[in-house]
Amino acid sequence: MEFDIVTLSRLQFALTALYHFLFVPLTLGLSVLLAAMETVYVMTGRPIWRQMTKFWGTLFGINFVLGVATGIVMEFQFGMNWSYYSHYVGDIFGAPLAIEALMAFFLEATFVGLFFFGWDKMSKVGHLFATYAVAIGSNFSALWILIANGWMQHPVGAEFNPDTMRMEVNDFFAVLFNPVAQTRFVHTVSAGYLTASVFVLGVSAWYLLKGRHIAIAKRSMTIAASFGLLASISAVVLGDEGGYLASEHQKMKLAAIEGMWKTEPAPASFTLIGIPDMEERTTHYAVHIPWVMGLIGTRSLTTEIPGIEELEARAETRIRNGILAYDALQAYRAAPSREAVPAEAVETFDRHGDDLGYALLLKKYVEDPREATEAQIEAAAWDTVPHVPTLFWSFRIMVAIGFFNVALMGYFVVLSARRKLGASRWPLKIAVASLALPWIAAELGWITAEFGRQPWAIEGVLPTVAAVSELTVPTLWLTIIGFTLIYSVLIVIEVRLMLQSIRKGPQPDHGPDMPLAPKPLAAAE
Amino acid sequence: MILHELIDYDTLRVIWWLLLGVLLIGFAVMDGFDLGVGMLLPFAGKTDLERRIVINTVGPVWEGNQVWLILGGGAIFAAWPPLYAVSFSGFYLAMFAILAALILRPVGFKYRSKRESARWRNNWDWALFVGGFVPALIFGVAVGNVLQGVPFRLGSDLRIYYDGTFFGLLNPFALLCGLLSVAMLAMHGANWLVLKSSGPVAARARSFARIAAMATIGLYALGGMALWLFVDGYRITSVIDPSGPSNPLAKTVGISAGAWFANYAAHPWMLVAPVLGFLGAVLVLWGLRSGREIGTLLFSKLSILGIISSVGLSMFPFILPSTVQPGASLTVWDASSSHLTLFIMLIVTVIFLPLIVAYTAWAYKLLWGKVDEDDITGGGHAY
Repeated sequence: MEFDIVTLSRLQFALTALYHFLFVPLTLGLSVLLAAMETVYVMTGRPIWRQMTKFWGTLFGINFVLGVATGIVMEFQFGMNWSYYSHYVGDIFGAPLAIEALMAFFLEATFVGLFFFGWDKMSKVGHLFATYAVAIGSNFSALWILIANGWMQHPVGAEFNPDTMRMEVNDFFAVLFNPVAQTRFVHTVSAGYLTASVFVLGVSAWYLLKGRHIAIAKRSMTIAASFGLLASISAVVLGDEGGYLASEHQKMKLAAIEGMWKTEPAPASFTLIGIPDMEERTTHYAVHIPWVMGLIGTRSLTTEIPGIEELEARAETRIRNGILAYDALQAYRAAPSREAVPAEAVETFDRHGDDLGYALLLKKYVEDPREATEAQIEAAAWDTVPHVPTLFWSFRIMVAIGFFNVALMGYFVVLSARRKLGASRWPLKIAVASLALPWIAAELGWITAEFGRQPWAIEGVLPTVAAVSELTVPTLWLTIIGFTLIYSVLIVIEVRLMLQSIRKGPQPDHGPDMPLAPKPLAAAE
Repeated sequence: MILHELIDYDTLRVIWWLLLGVLLIGFAVMDGFDLGVGMLLPFAGKTDLERRIVINTVGPVWEGNQVWLILGGGAIFAAWPPLYAVSFSGFYLAMFAILAALILRPVGFKYRSKRESARWRNNWDWALFVGGFVPALIFGVAVGNVLQGVPFRLGSDLRIYYDGTFFGLLNPFALLCGLLSVAMLAMHGANWLVLKSSGPVAARARSFARIAAMATIGLYALGGMALWLFVDGYRITSVIDPSGPSNPLAKTVGISAGAWFANYAAHPWMLVAPVLGFLGAVLVLWGLRSGREIGTLLFSKLSILGIISSVGLSMFPFILPSTVQPGASLTVWDASSSHLTLFIMLIVTVIFLPLIVAYTAWAYKLLWGKVDEDDITGGGHAY
């Protein structure tokens, strides 16, 4: 790998995004679980539910701040490292980020202060309202971020303006109700709910194994398992819906995930497992399940799903058309006034303007795409194929974890319904051992979605190589090392504080409706 | 959608220029006292208990306040994409320093009192100091550089090239602006501490507030003089269509001494801004002496409002001048989002900004009153 500014900028972005995404899913899910627990407290008046809310709230807080801190880096990085991207699509992409702050993040951040500091200052219902505001705020936050991200995957409602040399919005509602964004939103928050459920379940299982805080642990497990079962099913189903949409909007990503090199007659089979090979352009030892891919991808038995090689050929055609559009654009820009633009330039741009982004793929090889050689055009077409093995495996491991979590949550729902949560030790051990799984799945999900978007920053519109800021390699190394150091120190501290708080366990609660000397919890069971 | 034609493009651009000011002032007023409190933390609190009191005066509100920064970033991205792209990539290492400091801040608030160790707590106290001081200084340095112009160029495809270095940012005038920013926010933070604490912490805060207010007055006067004597301003020398497409390359720009004061000569009412900048700080001194704690905090807000507005008014219609390619300077008329985006964002802002102000005010009312020892040790939640 060559460490040029594009690679280094991508590395830094991936580093921050993957790190940010260690904290976000838990925030999303735990905020909803806190709201659920506190609702039970307000409805039943049983103090144990408040104690639970406070305990899980402490862990929520330790996690939350790092999500907030890295979120600022995320927002600023577009301008810092991707300045041409920011110029080129800021007209569309900036709006959801600003609306996120206005509509969601203010709500979440203002009320999270009251969540922690307001227990003695507000009425029961008032405090519950604050907790709901935190949950609603964090989930709405995810909505707007995924509307922005969905637009990178499937840019709708915008067109290129040659006067300003950028994409400009022409249908805001299309951006808002982008089907890719909506599906990814539900998939992502479901994954977040699942993460929090596995977290609460695993920590509670550990308490049961240690024989501590039994009453709180069992209640927490019941609520986490039922919530987690719904979330895991939703994450899997919406993941499947995402596959269906990808077959419509991101065919290359889907084909790469599948390791499907040649177009198959419909309905295509699903490759369960195999070893994709980028050199030989084939997938070795593939185990196929007939029909399944056609059903997932097209919801029909007769629609074909194009393979990688066919898509590569299509990309090559679009690159050639893109060069025509690029040439027309130069003629347009060179004209002294709009009236002086040659008519054929306008006509060519109208016809091929949608392929302009494909010409920019050539910027990797040549300054002026019009001077590209045949070999460079072919290389650029091959660049549209993402790294197949990475996608193939990230996706399969994520899906396997998804199905495992459905089973895990289902099993604990049954245990809970039969009141046998602490009856045998091995399910508890499995729950503890599963703690890391949702995080692994979430990171792999990010890799599948965003690494799979390459070589595009904005699918079909702006290649990553053209999106980058004109920085220098030493500068980038400096910040990469700086961020890595900060992130590493903070994650160590965060995990230690988490473990410290978990070991300490739920604290006796001196609320107005608590007896002065709380009974030992085990005795209350 | 035809609806957005209801407001002219040039009007929307001016509205968004004003909103940019509102957001920057909102950030400086709301998050500014958190930054100030962070800077003063190791000095205003000597014992662990005192420092916890200092931290807990902002404990429940810093998260909400910080969103002003995030909103500022998002709104610049949405409404002024070229400004966002040029400034964030041009000031790359300065932005990195701000981010590094801002990462320490939330973590410092939250993690500091989670362990008893004195070393642990002392380290976080200094992290919080850095988290307050560094952003305050760099934001000021950045404004100082914007006033002098920034060495950026735009290619014919509007790709951005930056010819300067990080150390180039640290020139005398910019550092003067940085110090002014530190003094202004330290004054604001100290006034907040005076209002929210009592005893030795409040007494120390009172003397810091006095020193910082005097420094603000002195540095602001010095800055104004330096701007007049040493900094050339910019003016548009060609015809520009205020409702034209956002193409910064379609105009010519001249550089001349005193151009940054031309707006005040043409529109004397604008002098209200620098007058407020001074008057606010003078009133802070008066308020401190006469013990008006709420009033004093309002006065420092007034001073911040005046100082930041005076920068914006001096430069209008410029928002980011270029020293190496003056024609590519970003102005209100050629560096905004499209007509439709500005309109949509205005609608969203008009709906949500009042709501935000309302529930923020409600939260502050709920948390009204001084933070004392009982709040820290009383078993309730405290940092």
